[in-house]
Amino acid sequence: MISQEALKELLYKMADDQLILGHRNSEWTGFGPILEEDIAFSSMAQDKVGQSQALYHLLHELGERDPDTVAFMRNADQFHNSQLVELPNGEYDFSLIRHFLFDTAEALRFEILASSSYDPLAKLANKIKGELRYHTMHADIWIKQLGSATEESISRLQNSLNELMPYAMGVFEPSPLEAQLIADGIFEGEELLKERWLEAIIRLISKTSLELPDLTLIQPVFGGRVGEHTEHLQPLLDEMSEVFKIDPTAEW
Amino acid sequence: MLTVEKVKEWLDEVKDPEIPVLSLVDLGVITNIDIHDSGVRVAMTPTFVGCPAIDYMKNDIVEVLQKNGVSKVDVDVNFEESWNSNKITKKGRKALKEFGLAPPPKHNLIVDLDILERVQCPNCNSENTELRSPFGPTACRSIHHCFDCKETFEQFKPL
Repeated sequence: MISQEALKELLYKMADDQLILGHRNSEWTGFGPILEEDIAFSSMAQDKVGQSQALYHLLHELGERDPDTVAFMRNADQFHNSQLVELPNGEYDFSLIRHFLFDTAEALRFEILASSSYDPLAKLANKIKGELRYHTMHADIWIKQLGSATEESISRLQNSLNELMPYAMGVFEPSPLEAQLIADGIFEGEELLKERWLEAIIRLISKTSLELPDLTLIQPVFGGRVGEHTEHLQPLLDEMSEVFKIDPTAEW
Repeated sequence: MLTVEKVKEWLDEVKDPEIPVLSLVDLGVITNIDIHDSGVRVAMTPTFVGCPAIDYMKNDIVEVLQKNGVSKVDVDVNFEESWNSNKITKKGRKALKEFGLAPPPKHNLIVDLDILERVQCPNCNSENTELRSPFGPTACRSIHHCFDCKETFEQFKPL
């Protein structure tokens, strides 16, 4: 018998991460520094919002409300995304570092989940992990290129990396329900994911002129998973749901 | 007599709305056709999870089958048998190339992204090409450039 409560918690945090970062990515539409990047962030936005919908659909099958209601009708304190994904886009270097840190973790998460004992999630994860390869490929190319290019590009990325590492570590916020997931074979846990993520991050950073901040000095920013958010999330949600809320019963 | 073959033949008329030369059958997204007393149940799976064309495709399937006299049509979108680009048929690959989209190379299900670097140009067949961006105008396309005919072209991404 699987633990529904623990499974739902896992699905909610993943779906909310995808939806909120998907929305942030979409804010680059029309503003990218070059046309290809405008398209890339827009395209990743589409993937992530679509993936969140598929995850909300799994939740719906477990008795939660329908995907549109769940996406558009909750307030900030009902969201379980990490604070990393809700921060405003900032300049391109900031969005790029976030994209690199988050998507590296997300790709590894879905790789692990592809062998989950919860079959509907395993099948979806197997599908999503292939798509995310394009996201990590995109991040890796740019981090390698700009992380070794000019003094300005290197210092910009370095500053964003220093600022975002505590938030990125917050993605792996522990949960009291997690032991159940590990015992049931649903998910191997945030700690294992974090280790694999760090290896991947270090591997790529070492190919650039960037330096990983001293991990022993980093205080991870937790709270997102239990509904504690920065002041930036609610305005994002208000904007995202503005049209939906005009007439929630409208047929699109 | 309603047969799976017959239904497939009808479904050949349903095209990918973003690539109107490619049928859903040739795209490889139809994963099952089940004929029962009261109608037909079609199972399909999206190319990309966030594909916005999926509802159009669903509606088109229902419309085409009803036009051919099937009264009850159910379309079930699921990930039971997930799509990968190897599922595009030979006919589908040919149609893509003629449309100006490089067909995805066959792969062993672990896409080595190096294969994106020297995609064959659909216009002049040169392999002297480079990847410009892994993201194109739709989720399933990447952008490339050919050094020989100097054209920029798109590829249906391997997945």
